[in-house]
Amino acid sequence: MSAPGRFGAFGGRYVPEALVAALEELEGAWTDAVADPKFVAELDQLQRDYTGRPSPLTEVRRFAEHAGGARVFLKREDLNHTGSHKINNVLGQALLTVRMGKRRVIAETGAGQHGVATATAAALMGLDCTVYMGEVDTRRQALNVARMRLLGAEVVPVATGSATLKDAINEAMRDWVTNVEGTHYLLGTVTGPHPFPSMVRDFHSVIGREAREQVLERVGRLPDAVCACVGGGSNAIGIFSAFLDDPAVRLHGYEAGGEGIAPGRHASRFSGGVPGVLHGAATYVLQDEDGQTMETHSVSAGLDYPSVGPEHAFLHDSGRVTYEPVTDDEAMDAFALLCRTEGIIPAIESAHALAGTLRLGQAMARDANEEPPVLLVNLSGRGDKDVDTAARWFGLVDGQDLVEAEQLKADEPVAEAEGSGW
Amino acid sequence: MSPLEEVFSRCRDEGRAALVAYLPAGYPDLATSVAAVRVLAEAGADIVEVGVPYTDPLMDGPVVERAATAALKNGFRLSQLFDVVRAVAEAGAVPVVMAYWNPVLRYGPDRFAADLAAAGGAGLITPDLIPDEAGAWRAAADEHGLAPIFLVAPSSTDERLRTTVEACRGFVYVAATMGVTGVRSSVGASARTLVERTRSLTDLPLCVGLGLSTGDQAAEVAAFADGAIVGSALVRAVGEDPTLGRLRELTQELAEGVRR
Repeated sequence: MSAPGRFGAFGGRYVPEALVAALEELEGAWTDAVADPKFVAELDQLQRDYTGRPSPLTEVRRFAEHAGGARVFLKREDLNHTGSHKINNVLGQALLTVRMGKRRVIAETGAGQHGVATATAAALMGLDCTVYMGEVDTRRQALNVARMRLLGAEVVPVATGSATLKDAINEAMRDWVTNVEGTHYLLGTVTGPHPFPSMVRDFHSVIGREAREQVLERVGRLPDAVCACVGGGSNAIGIFSAFLDDPAVRLHGYEAGGEGIAPGRHASRFSGGVPGVLHGAATYVLQDEDGQTMETHSVSAGLDYPSVGPEHAFLHDSGRVTYEPVTDDEAMDAFALLCRTEGIIPAIESAHALAGTLRLGQAMARDANEEPPVLLVNLSGRGDKDVDTAARWFGLVDGQDLVEAEQLKADEPVAEAEGSGW
Repeated sequence: MSPLEEVFSRCRDEGRAALVAYLPAGYPDLATSVAAVRVLAEAGADIVEVGVPYTDPLMDGPVVERAATAALKNGFRLSQLFDVVRAVAEAGAVPVVMAYWNPVLRYGPDRFAADLAAAGGAGLITPDLIPDEAGAWRAAADEHGLAPIFLVAPSSTDERLRTTVEACRGFVYVAATMGVTGVRSSVGASARTLVERTRSLTDLPLCVGLGLSTGDQAAEVAAFADGAIVGSALVRAVGEDPTLGRLRELTQELAEGVRR
């Protein structure tokens, strides 16, 4: 099937009629923009001078000792401005917003990475910005709420439904349908109604283009496998897109296995989900037998989502990409390993890809050939935002100390809190 | 004549608009929701729109959203929808269902159409399914004699208005304002403009919804449309008074409004 906005049976536009005109306008603006050398040059320049692209490729030898003898290379999206790959898409869509003559952007966010990136681009381009965030997440990620507010965004806690990412998307959609004339919904991943899945993929394809060249230059051949974590799936599709036509390159997506296979305790759409429709796209959805969306769980807020980008659904069914769950425990072990062997603190989302890479490298080593396999991993974000979660997970601080520290900070006027200077 | 054609023809003969009343199935619980749709029919609703509670109702404002959450929390199952539909038909109003697409898709569009028709349902309103994506549903509806009812919005282009009304049977749902369901103080000029634009393209009855809550607003809409759709205000009346006295009063006020 080659209908526009379709990936096989997946994708499409399952939206209220009121939004169709805006989606058509967006599709038109995007098609025009990518054919306009001025737009392309402006985006290239922002990526270079503002984001800091190209992001480096780092070989991690000490980490790779645990991967069955494979060579492991990290694509360092964690070093981008704002700390993750999210900025690639956000800058593209923010430029489109200006091009469409709209003055306001809205966005959803889970852990806060996409919200922070959107607030950043809005500040840079002088746009009004409202970010919807599940109330549960605003409490879990209070510092990211503060970051967005520092950047001038309004953060709206969403208390409906399960008060997490999926409900933040519902609320953003409600805002958009009401204010669509002057507002662009800056959707943060490769799902939603057409053209979002294709457009967001294209804005992230720079990851794969750079990484492909960098690996060729460094090892003189293509990698044997490419690994990425998959929440909505934007970082994964960004890096996979450059290798889809290389059949010798194995592609591996790692979903949040949470606490295991029990319903409601994971976010493994390809293990527990079935085809359905959510948030405007036909794709795999974790749902009960009445078609109600199920609760999900992951230690990583960015992967804690009941559905997945429609192109991933297609790549799953076609067999081009292999998707596997990684549990909270495995991800946190890989998180700690990268910290201690390489001095790199990854986002917990990206730690799922690292755990998958360890598993894959160990499995590959069994059919040992002379040359070690080359594994490319998208390190989609850095772990500054996750220090608190990790500290609790590994018992590095005890709960009572944290409560006392918060109380001290709350009691002390800011001007008097001088600290040690370092 | 189909039940929807009959009801609009009767209203035309009486020189008035139809009252289309929405309540979600299973809110606050199944028994109360069955009693509530009977009250709607007895108090003057011509068509009762039975909503399917859904976890992610992105076209709904807080009143309907909370009602859906409450219904699901109280154990609503999709198969119970048909009990509520049957109650509407038995009470003498024409039942249609309003459902987000995923529950219907999961149930199986063909099986859903068969069960809805068997329960006496006349059609299905799909707030997040546009005709472009509705091939399977339109075929199933056709097969079982149900009316697929799509929405038009103030932002719809003329071309989209045309293709949407061509896909509709029974009536066209005219979304009065840009936005989600909920009570608004005025329905304003945008509804009238959209009705006029749509009227030039179809002979189907045009029912206006989103924002209506009072007899006066129903009367205002009845002056230029074939039906007035009321939802959130009725849901709120059920929530405030589960003995359904408030619901009966409001429905009577609205029924009086479409007869002015």
